[in-house]
Amino acid sequence: MGAAALRVQFDSFLGGSLDWRTRPLPDTVTSGIAEIDLPRGGLTEIVGPASSGRTSLLLSILAAATARQETCALVDTEDAFDPASASAAGVLLHRLLWVRCGHNAEHALKAADLLIQGGGFGLAILDLGDTPPGAARRISLTSWFRLRRAVENTPSVLVSVSRQSLARTCASLVLECARDGATWSGAAPSGPPASRLLRGIRARATSTHRSRTCSPVFTAAAL
Amino acid sequence: MFACLHGSGALTALAFEFSPVVEQTGPGTVTFDISGLDRLFGHPQDIAATIARRAAEVQVKAHLAIADNPDAAICAARGFAGIHVIPHGDEAKFLGALPLGLLEPSAELLETLERWGIRRFQDLAALPPLGIAERLGAEGLRLRERARGEAERKLLPLQERLRFEDAVELEYPVDLLEPLAFLLARMLNGLTTRLATRGLATDELRLRLQLEAGGTHQRTLRLPVPSLDAKAMLKLMQLDLEAHPPSAPVVDLWLGMNPVKPQAAQTGLYVPLSPEPVKLELTLARIRMVVGEDRVGTPELLDTHRPDAFRMTEFAAAKSRTAGGPGIRTRLALRLFRPPRQARVAIDSGKPSFVAADGIRGKVLDLAGPWRTSGDWWTLDPWSRDEWDIALSDGALYRIYCEVRGWFVGGNYD
Repeated sequence: MGAAALRVQFDSFLGGSLDWRTRPLPDTVTSGIAEIDLPRGGLTEIVGPASSGRTSLLLSILAAATARQETCALVDTEDAFDPASASAAGVLLHRLLWVRCGHNAEHALKAADLLIQGGGFGLAILDLGDTPPGAARRISLTSWFRLRRAVENTPSVLVSVSRQSLARTCASLVLECARDGATWSGAAPSGPPASRLLRGIRARATSTHRSRTCSPVFTAAAL
Repeated sequence: MFACLHGSGALTALAFEFSPVVEQTGPGTVTFDISGLDRLFGHPQDIAATIARRAAEVQVKAHLAIADNPDAAICAARGFAGIHVIPHGDEAKFLGALPLGLLEPSAELLETLERWGIRRFQDLAALPPLGIAERLGAEGLRLRERARGEAERKLLPLQERLRFEDAVELEYPVDLLEPLAFLLARMLNGLTTRLATRGLATDELRLRLQLEAGGTHQRTLRLPVPSLDAKAMLKLMQLDLEAHPPSAPVVDLWLGMNPVKPQAAQTGLYVPLSPEPVKLELTLARIRMVVGEDRVGTPELLDTHRPDAFRMTEFAAAKSRTAGGPGIRTRLALRLFRPPRQARVAIDSGKPSFVAADGIRGKVLDLAGPWRTSGDWWTLDPWSRDEWDIALSDGALYRIYCEVRGWFVGGNYD
């Protein structure tokens, strides 16, 4: 029996009342930046090189989650999290569990797995942003698949930050960050540097997922 | 039916062996409820004989009386020596010969009654109630009721001090965690069952291990919320003992639990997602085993201008449902290098022109600074540094600083 005939038979069996072919859209949460919504029960990857705005975007997501009074967890592989920057971005630090893994990607993966399996976190973040590409690539696809399975059908949002996409097909959404430019104020570069200030960066987060394409530009202002 | 013991010795302990409802009526007098004991021992005489036998075994010297109401039993135990069972309905006749002083009336009332020539229970019991009410008031009426053995009241029960402890003395020393966990599981199950029967839970576990080499190994586990989850407690204890193992084989175990009221909280439909406290504690204990004790928690900023000043505090998800924050702002975040990377910096016209550090190398394309910060000069740990924000030719933005020990890259803006 051909696929078309099977489809007709199945449609007639369901009475045509149910749309069984299209997958329902996942529940999403705001990231704090317009146009970027993250799926609950899925893995979102934020990728990009250093100074591309990945961490600014991450802190915005974290601030939005803590503002929703959700409990958040950050697994910090390279011990790079700056509480002062987070507080300035509006993150409520008392709602954040910070796990410092001391430059050990394997420990970070174990900690993330334990946290997600434990459940109850509105947002769980695995930060591999400064992990050398070689060490990050050693994380097997099975591990990513396990993380995705653990977070599936839960209201949690799992976010990973890295230089390049590691989870591949396991990710529900991939946001690729790129810096459009930095904003400096004051005198020209050739002038006295003490009169200049780093005002912020303009970054672009491009969604490269098959079902969603967007590339919003956001500005991260310096303190 | 009530029994009263009047004498000396461990009266309360003896009474608790027969009843959970025990009243310390006075010094040397204990009254307890023995309703239902007839199904176990038979007639009241048999109950009295059993109590007397047990009293002799535990060396309690006391007079015993059993009656339908507590006051009759108390009067009989105080007034007659030996063992007495007052038959139902014969209280007034049985107690009739006792002196009125046993009823402990007020001195004024006793004097009045003595002036009237009323000295025994039977004299007072024979007086008409209306006349007593007119002349002596409510106190007189209550006294007459007690003299007739008709007073009904409830006992004021003693609260037995609740101890939730268990101990196991081992036949041979145990040096592995697994057999120890097996014993702990048995003790935890027993203690949590006892707590549950009392409608209690625990928020603190105290473990004391007697070591073969002498000395003790003590651990105390505090739970974030009162719980009765023996499995979670066992896992927590296992993880704690793995992290802090005893220095020698164990010969004796003692486990105590702090009894507290269980937490009664109703979750709402719109309450945000939060981990279950006991499960979270277990998860955190497991993570601590992986990454280290002091590397898990909540960051708390310190009230100082010193860079990267924070401390780790214990994470408490339940407490975190408090007031909202200052609002979301997209800020340029700094990713810190911990420890900071030592750098070689080329200076041109007083400005950094080239930076090289571990994994970082490039020409300075743009820069701002220096920003001088210093503080704590009045302490033994002062700090002072000149900070620069730089854009390198490798495409990244960095914060570098110069201090007494040289140049460092503190982190990058991301």
